[in-house]
Amino acid sequence: MSKRVIACLDVRNGNLAKSVKFVDTKDIGDPVATARTYYEEGLDELVFYDITASSDNRDIMLDVVNRVAEQVFIPFSVGGGLRTVEDCSKVLLAGAEKVNVNTAAVLNPRLIAAASCAFGAQCVVLSMDVRAVPPTPDIRSGYEIVIRGGRTPMGLDAIEWAKRGEELGAGEIVVNSMDADGTKEGYEIKLTRMIADAVSIPVIASGGGGKPEHLYDVLTEGHADAALVASILHYDEYTIRELKEHLHQREVKVRMNW
Amino acid sequence: MIRIIDYKAGNLTSVKRALDYLDILCQIVSTGDELRGAERIIFPGVGHAATAMAVLKERELDIALREAFQQGIPILGICLGAQIVLSHSDEGETSCLGFIEGNCPRFELVDKSLKIPHMGWNEVVDTQPHYILKDLEKGDEFYFVHSYYPRPSDESNVFATCEYEITFPAAIGHKNLFAVQFHPEKSGRIGLNLLRNFSQWDGAE
Repeated sequence: MSKRVIACLDVRNGNLAKSVKFVDTKDIGDPVATARTYYEEGLDELVFYDITASSDNRDIMLDVVNRVAEQVFIPFSVGGGLRTVEDCSKVLLAGAEKVNVNTAAVLNPRLIAAASCAFGAQCVVLSMDVRAVPPTPDIRSGYEIVIRGGRTPMGLDAIEWAKRGEELGAGEIVVNSMDADGTKEGYEIKLTRMIADAVSIPVIASGGGGKPEHLYDVLTEGHADAALVASILHYDEYTIRELKEHLHQREVKVRMNW
Repeated sequence: MIRIIDYKAGNLTSVKRALDYLDILCQIVSTGDELRGAERIIFPGVGHAATAMAVLKERELDIALREAFQQGIPILGICLGAQIVLSHSDEGETSCLGFIEGNCPRFELVDKSLKIPHMGWNEVVDTQPHYILKDLEKGDEFYFVHSYYPRPSDESNVFATCEYEITFPAAIGHKNLFAVQFHPEKSGRIGLNLLRNFSQWDGAE
């Protein structure tokens, strides 16, 4: 089976946005056109995060999902602001393959179980924002879960939360390192590997991907099944083909025909 | 016009969207009566085999599908639709449609680092020629999500295989029926080509 290269598109009020270390968000384009381009260039999967502040504008996201589904024929997941099974159901019916839950799942872990039961585990992606902290009795791994877009530390051990998420019925886990996010200095290999080794569901590494070598490192040494990239694609620093050629040449199995 | 069978087994809209994109006319039907008279049928689905069989029977879709199969109408099964065309599935220990003799076992893998469901892109290799696979090239990959796989009793019903520790059938067929374990509607250009080929297939093996 191939390792996957996944692009993350943050969407705010229907526009593609990019943040650095969870702040300084800028609008940089149309998410639907961008998704279509990446699809044509050989991307394996997409993740859309709705970072719209007001819940009044959630329908804009559903419209984005619908338009993506009409012209992009690879799997994609949607997250951001999904609090109930009904919220999840709406994005799946609009054409998403999977839902991504983060803050709402930490505050209400039953959401994972309920969504998994309603749609199947393969539809439920547990996304977690993690930062390194000095180890404590509660956070023995030294990695803590933070919610609300990086604003609220939870005193919850990331490794324990990943295991709990799997038990509750998550089908995949996105591990986003807040420390690495936006730095382009490489993924948090140690964190990714600890989580990948602790669960038996696929793990997607996120945060810090700045060069093809970083993807190689996290997909081999980091034991990740997929690597999430954002700004290096959005700002045309690398093409998807360049990322995949690098992995392919170093004998990481990736999809090369598209 | 292709009729897509809706039997409450997962999201059919992705198949419909792919056909819409290809300008292939299609319609979603949910009862045996609505299925009768179809020129061409797509039988998709994700979910549980025993549950799916119960819904098919309740809506008399099983009878209409059997008639269509006997009349030589081209049928494409996708994912769960590639499993319940066999005679039996281990998922829920259920009898299935039996258009192809065989069973659907669950993956039992020795390497515990391999995950179940088998989810993601994987290479599909044809083992005998078929019109629907005519564009398949070496290295072509499709998107899979499944824990069970179709295993026809007769090797001659296998048209393509995939590796996931074991080599398992990824495409099976018999007469006017062709079925794929992967999701062509989520497999990019290569998957869309397969759907287009089905829309032009005369139903001959």
